[in-house]
Amino acid sequence: MRNPVRTEADAFRFLLRTIVYFALIVSGGLINRWLGLGVFILATVIVAARLSRKGPHIAPAFEASGAHPGTQHRVLVVADETVNGDELIAEIVHRASRNSARVLIVAPALNSYLRHWTSDEDGARLAAQERIDASLVALRAVGVDATGEIGSDDPLQAIEDAIRSFAPDEIVIATHPEGRSNWLERDLVAHTRERFALPVAHVVVDPDVD
Amino acid sequence: MSAHAESFGQALAPVGSANEHPPPIHHSSRINPAVLGIILFIGSEIMLFGSFFTVYFFDRVVNVQASWPPVGADGQIFERPWFMALINTLILVTSSFTMHWATVACKRGNRAGLCAGMVLTVLLGLTFLLTQMVEYHRIGFNTSDTAFAATFFGLTGLHGVHVFIGLLILLGMTVRAFRGHFSPEQHTGLEVGGIYWHFVDVMWIVVFVTVYVL
Repeated sequence: MRNPVRTEADAFRFLLRTIVYFALIVSGGLINRWLGLGVFILATVIVAARLSRKGPHIAPAFEASGAHPGTQHRVLVVADETVNGDELIAEIVHRASRNSARVLIVAPALNSYLRHWTSDEDGARLAAQERIDASLVALRAVGVDATGEIGSDDPLQAIEDAIRSFAPDEIVIATHPEGRSNWLERDLVAHTRERFALPVAHVVVDPDVD
Repeated sequence: MSAHAESFGQALAPVGSANEHPPPIHHSSRINPAVLGIILFIGSEIMLFGSFFTVYFFDRVVNVQASWPPVGADGQIFERPWFMALINTLILVTSSFTMHWATVACKRGNRAGLCAGMVLTVLLGLTFLLTQMVEYHRIGFNTSDTAFAATFFGLTGLHGVHVFIGLLILLGMTVRAFRGHFSPEQHTGLEVGGIYWHFVDVMWIVVFVTVYVL
């Protein structure tokens, strides 16, 4: 859901829609009170459906940072439980060795909705940190310059935050295979490509194969 | 790394470095903190108005009478001045248009338009408030005349207070506009005040329909 009063212009549009909403209800009510009730229910359902709809496409928030002249190439890796997958480790090693890159691994603190809304995220953060630590051990063992941090449980938000702090040259997203990945279900890779003007690579990690 | 990214990077620096001061705030990347503040404020305001509406509708539901508003103890009939309120609604809606015009003018670098829009918005807001005071003076009932009268004055009065506060904010914004504080790049004060003013307008639409029309 997109915030309907994010800016003054949004608030103004919200006002105009409010006027239309109430004008329709009052007009219906003036003709017949049951018609007014019907218009009220119909208009409210339409408003609720529009508010719960995914927000419109947001223009890329960041321009491509491009290469960092005189500095190391930077690779941002975002992964859930797949962060220790062989396919991902191999991909990171491949990219890091090609460009002698710095790697930042972001593991979102994955949590249940109930725990999220009750702010009970200690367990999720601990699990994410353990995954990061295991991944860093594996990468450093093969000489990759890697660091890790826990990200927001919203992967798109985690990527945006990491872009601000790390300014990567490319993004690698690791997910489970199609059909078993919530992130793919939510079209994370496509949304990341739409939103950030950076090269985005997608690595599928199948734990069953591992 | 850009300077911007550097500043955020410092926020991630380990504690105990040479800097003794707290690290810079790690801003949420999706929304300006000032805008987030006004949104949270408006959320609390909606809850405040919600409590007044609850009282109003409770009174209406428990008053199982053929007519609404209810008749007073001495047979007094409460006439709601809906036409005057409709004129006032048009005035307030127009003030939102001028507010939006001022913001658009600012974004386009049109300072004259910004100042004119702000002055018009203040004048229209002032007109609304004065009209409401005249309405109170002529309405013919007072807060102590039945629960309906109390909730009527409670709801419209609460909104009137918000218009008054909004006018103070608008006055501050107008002074800043004349002093050249806003530019196409820097106008958060205008955005935030504008959101508040439109919120006050939206609440009036709800109050008008609920109290004067339904």
